[in-house]
Amino acid sequence: MTVATVETRPTAVSATLASELTVGKRTAGGPSPKRTVVAYGFWIFILSDMVMFAALFAAYAVMAGNTAGGPTGAQLFNLRSVFIETMCLLLSSYTCGLGALSAERRNSALFFLFAALTFVLGAVFLLIEGTEFAGMVARGAGPERSAFLSSFFTLVGTHGAHVSIGLVWLVYLAAQVKTKGLRPAVLRRLLCWSLFWHALDIVWVGVLTLVYLMGVT
Amino acid sequence: MDGYERVFDDRTPGVEDYEPTASYLSYTVGLGLAIVATIASFVVSQTDLLWAPGIPVGLLVLAIAQIGVHLVFFLHLGSGSESTNNILALAFGVIIVFLVIGGSIWIIANLNENTMPSADVLNMRQ
Repeated sequence: MTVATVETRPTAVSATLASELTVGKRTAGGPSPKRTVVAYGFWIFILSDMVMFAALFAAYAVMAGNTAGGPTGAQLFNLRSVFIETMCLLLSSYTCGLGALSAERRNSALFFLFAALTFVLGAVFLLIEGTEFAGMVARGAGPERSAFLSSFFTLVGTHGAHVSIGLVWLVYLAAQVKTKGLRPAVLRRLLCWSLFWHALDIVWVGVLTLVYLMGVT
Repeated sequence: MDGYERVFDDRTPGVEDYEPTASYLSYTVGLGLAIVATIASFVVSQTDLLWAPGIPVGLLVLAIAQIGVHLVFFLHLGSGSESTNNILALAFGVIIVFLVIGGSIWIIANLNENTMPSADVLNMRQ
């Protein structure tokens, strides 16, 4: 692999051609860096995930009022724990960004620190959400109680499942950084993961607004 | 091999130096704005700062603002040439999301209006 890539190394491009291709820091022609292409592909996946969440949001918005005589959102939701959940996820998005940045700057010690912080914050989020779900089920407000609760558990549960997958993925990537080092292929995987994590935070903004804040007012 | 890959693999031919588009500062600014928007959402929903029927609209505006902050400061969708494709894809995604959510709410509200027993019928029962 090394031999093959050496032959196509960019220095083969003559200096004049290179300067013609380059306008400032941007290129006027030629292929995009692999990093840009990979991020674009993953971005398309994230958008398709958003479309799936849109369907769940639509289902919730339509069924939120159909409580079938059961408890309403205002009776069930505890805004204090929701606020802590929100802050956990927001801070984890921040530490995730700083971790990705440290990785790009080849600082693996900082990367591990921020990755650990991200993991802890994400785990606290899941813990609070799990406690909330368990409490609701124990009070007889499980997903089978009403259309409102079915759609609530589907929407918020799908987001929670995404967060869980994100945490497993983070551990997997941290192990890759440990064994393989911060080389470009690993950095591209980290980039995809951080896109995924930031996107989950965006979905949570929707959940917070539509489900919790509008649910209690 | 690793050293070679580091130097050349992720660069466009002809581009010598690659600089990360993000900085610690941009994440910190983004976090600050996002926290402000979040707290504002809680305040709007829990106090009578806004005229009551306007609260959902206020919450939606704050949510959209916060999503914008996330896109710019965390996902780094900017005006750079490498963002163009991502922004076009995002625009398409946003259209689909609004069609699905807005369309569902609209259609079901219409159905509820037209198929539920009307107020007159309900009053007759009493």
